[in-house]
Amino acid sequence: MTFDSEYFNLGYLDTLSYKKTFVHRLDPRVKILVSFAFIIFVVSFPKYEFGALMPFFLYPVFLLTAGNIPLRAIAKKVLFISPFAVFIGIFNPLLDTKVILAPFGIPVSGGWISFFSIIVKFILTVSTALLLIAVTSFPGICEALARMKLPKIFVIQLLFLYRYIFVVLDVALRMIRAREARSFGKRGREIKNFIRLISVLLVRSVERAERIYQAMLSRGFRGEIRVLKRHRLRYYDILFAIISIAMFYIFRNFPVVNFIGNSLSRISK
Amino acid sequence: MSHHIVELNDVHFQYPDGTEALKGITFRIIHGESVGIAGANGMGKTTLLLNLSGQLIPTKGEIVIGEVTLGRKTKQEIRKKVGFVFQRTDDQLFMPTVYEDVAFGPINLGLSEEKVEERVKSALDMVGCFNLRNRPPHRLSEGQKRAVAIATVMAMDPDILVMDEPASNLDPKSRRQLINLLKGFKHTKIIASHDLDLIQDVCKRCIIIREGKVAADGTTEEILSNETLLKENSLELPLSRQCLTIRQTS
Amino acid sequence: MHMADALLSPAVGGALWAGTLAAIIYSAKQLREKMDDKMVPLMGVLGAFIFAGQMINFTIPMTGSSGHIGGGMLLAIILGPYAAFLVIASVLVIQALFFADGGLLALGANIWNLGIYPCFIGYPLIYRTIVRGSASPKLITFASVLSVVAGLQLGALSVVLETKLSGITELPFNTFFVLMQPIHLAIGVIEGVITAGIVIYVRTLRPDIVDDLEGVKTLSSGGSLKKVLVITAVLAVITGGALSWLASTHPDGLEWSIEKIYGKPEVPQKQNPISENLSKLQEKTAVLPDYSLPSKGEEENPSWPAVNPGRSISGILGGIMVLVVILLFGIGIKAMRKFREKT
Repeated sequence: MTFDSEYFNLGYLDTLSYKKTFVHRLDPRVKILVSFAFIIFVVSFPKYEFGALMPFFLYPVFLLTAGNIPLRAIAKKVLFISPFAVFIGIFNPLLDTKVILAPFGIPVSGGWISFFSIIVKFILTVSTALLLIAVTSFPGICEALARMKLPKIFVIQLLFLYRYIFVVLDVALRMIRAREARSFGKRGREIKNFIRLISVLLVRSVERAERIYQAMLSRGFRGEIRVLKRHRLRYYDILFAIISIAMFYIFRNFPVVNFIGNSLSRISK
Repeated sequence: MSHHIVELNDVHFQYPDGTEALKGITFRIIHGESVGIAGANGMGKTTLLLNLSGQLIPTKGEIVIGEVTLGRKTKQEIRKKVGFVFQRTDDQLFMPTVYEDVAFGPINLGLSEEKVEERVKSALDMVGCFNLRNRPPHRLSEGQKRAVAIATVMAMDPDILVMDEPASNLDPKSRRQLINLLKGFKHTKIIASHDLDLIQDVCKRCIIIREGKVAADGTTEEILSNETLLKENSLELPLSRQCLTIRQTS
Repeated sequence: MHMADALLSPAVGGALWAGTLAAIIYSAKQLREKMDDKMVPLMGVLGAFIFAGQMINFTIPMTGSSGHIGGGMLLAIILGPYAAFLVIASVLVIQALFFADGGLLALGANIWNLGIYPCFIGYPLIYRTIVRGSASPKLITFASVLSVVAGLQLGALSVVLETKLSGITELPFNTFFVLMQPIHLAIGVIEGVITAGIVIYVRTLRPDIVDDLEGVKTLSSGGSLKKVLVITAVLAVITGGALSWLASTHPDGLEWSIEKIYGKPEVPQKQNPISENLSKLQEKTAVLPDYSLPSKGEEENPSWPAVNPGRSISGILGGIMVLVVILLFGIGIKAMRKFREKT
């Protein structure tokens, strides 16, 4: 992906996160907790599990629809499946060739099942991570981290990082445009030029940090920054957490899909 | 109201690398005055403002604000009196939302929560940006950022307002809004700018700085009509006056 | 070399999160004690800088393909190990959320793999022991390449171990190892040269950026605490890994390994609310019997992970049905919303 499209993507997700739907208003702590629980339930399935993972799509689809997030925003990223996961997963069908299933007489090896299981797990976990940020503003996430007792300095500098990502990216974008404008073809991307470019960006960033510090001092900064509390835990936050986790628990521990599959085949008979 | 007087006596400032940016600046500004500071690039305008607001401390000479002489021990007190609006709004607005940014100063002053809220609301109302309070700064236009930057300083309730190039990067409409806003403030104002039209509209007095010294000090009227003086300082007549001159000659 | 959630077992992911959280808390504590106030905005802006820097490509010599930097060692050189570790962690948090690089469970592993080794091994033990005071460009290059390579090799090895111990890939350890390490050797050399290039060039522009801050940059004299941290964290990884390795062969599967891990006192940061929640959740997910284990049926096969074929086909069928229903449900709501917006 190019710099421009990544930059655009980041800004787009960030814009989405400031919508005002029911899921956007939920306490960020609850959303982080439920999303983590979701991921742990998903990855706790054994490697040959495939069908039982399907009900878990309910959670990302719920966030997507209730949060009014355009499908394209998430799907593009997810379909661009991490090369690493596929790279690792693709060895399974090659190495694990024992046939364990034969639906409609077609033999399927364990390796293929576990490969698809990896891909499904991948789609579930990755889309959930993206949707979490699409329905929770980043300052909200930081607030949650602070209230979950993560060290304050970590949270504060995370807020600064978020604040200046767009500013520094803008500077970098202008520098890249200048590089492209003057380097015809590949020459401008040599390591030597790259080092210069990064070094200048680094020095400018340090100088910016120094100016920010001066601005902080001029407004009475003495080493303390307060993280604003925007959210209160309300009854529907707790309700949301209980319902979601209960559903994950049921999907994980009871053969929901087998039941549906069996009744289906019985009906068809 | 003697406590709003700004007095500079032979102020020198030398950077750690040896550059002497200020070489003996003397002037006096009384309560409620609005003073424009002009001069070519690199003549020491920004250094002067940083000294005035207690960010830097003169290496020689003294700066007195109210009854307080600027020094290592008094710089916190001076910073409270002098509100500094930086040239780059992105550096001034460092908190994740407008509200938190404006609240940053009052919180550091040790005010109660209600008081902080009150200050933030009145400062944002003053610049007409209360509706932007929940926005992150990177989702504001340059004009909005400038207005919010002024609000962050106003929320500290300063006696003196110091601004570095307040109109840079603004489109004409935002610039006009800013000028009207500044005219409305009753504070003592010190504004450094290349934008002589802005100085003409907002300031009654103008000081020209050249090579770390005061090159001219007088009413805006008298200084900004002196074409030779301006030329010597790499400046030009304000556009409004240029039109006037053309009309007179033709 | 980002890890992904889909390749991790809860035990390995959880253990690495625990180790990572311990390192974050420890680094923050170290910083609080001796930090200059100036560091806070500097850390934030440099995080943004690394983030932007990773998005800029350069041409890899002789191959014609393009690459980007990681920047871990560069941060350590500018900010010192503790601050650099927090910044690397933050950059990875942003990437996990906005770019879905890996996922939330794998985030712990990624912070560990890309943060711990450059900050707490490569920088203090290699770079700082070679480069002291005003070193020559050659020495800086040598130290930088060596420390970056060491950090990346350890990181790559960790990826291999973590994936392998999670028991999800069929790839034999040796093959995986041989695939990962040489690639990261090459990446390490290039990154090391670039890091050195930046340090040398920045030294001509603003020497204080890369030279100063001696006091903050070196590891604290309270080395005993550091050792404790490193040892417990490494233990966490090894136990977590070993137990889930067992889990893939042991009949009782994951339940057993998780009980073992979280029942034992060696696990660091038990008092931390997040890891506590995590482990509680994991216990919940694992305590009940796994229904895919054959309980009754014609072909009873006790060794996990055996699959009952009949059940699995119905499982897959049912699963696909459920998926279709969920998607229809989502599309329906979307359509309704659009309709309502129009009217």
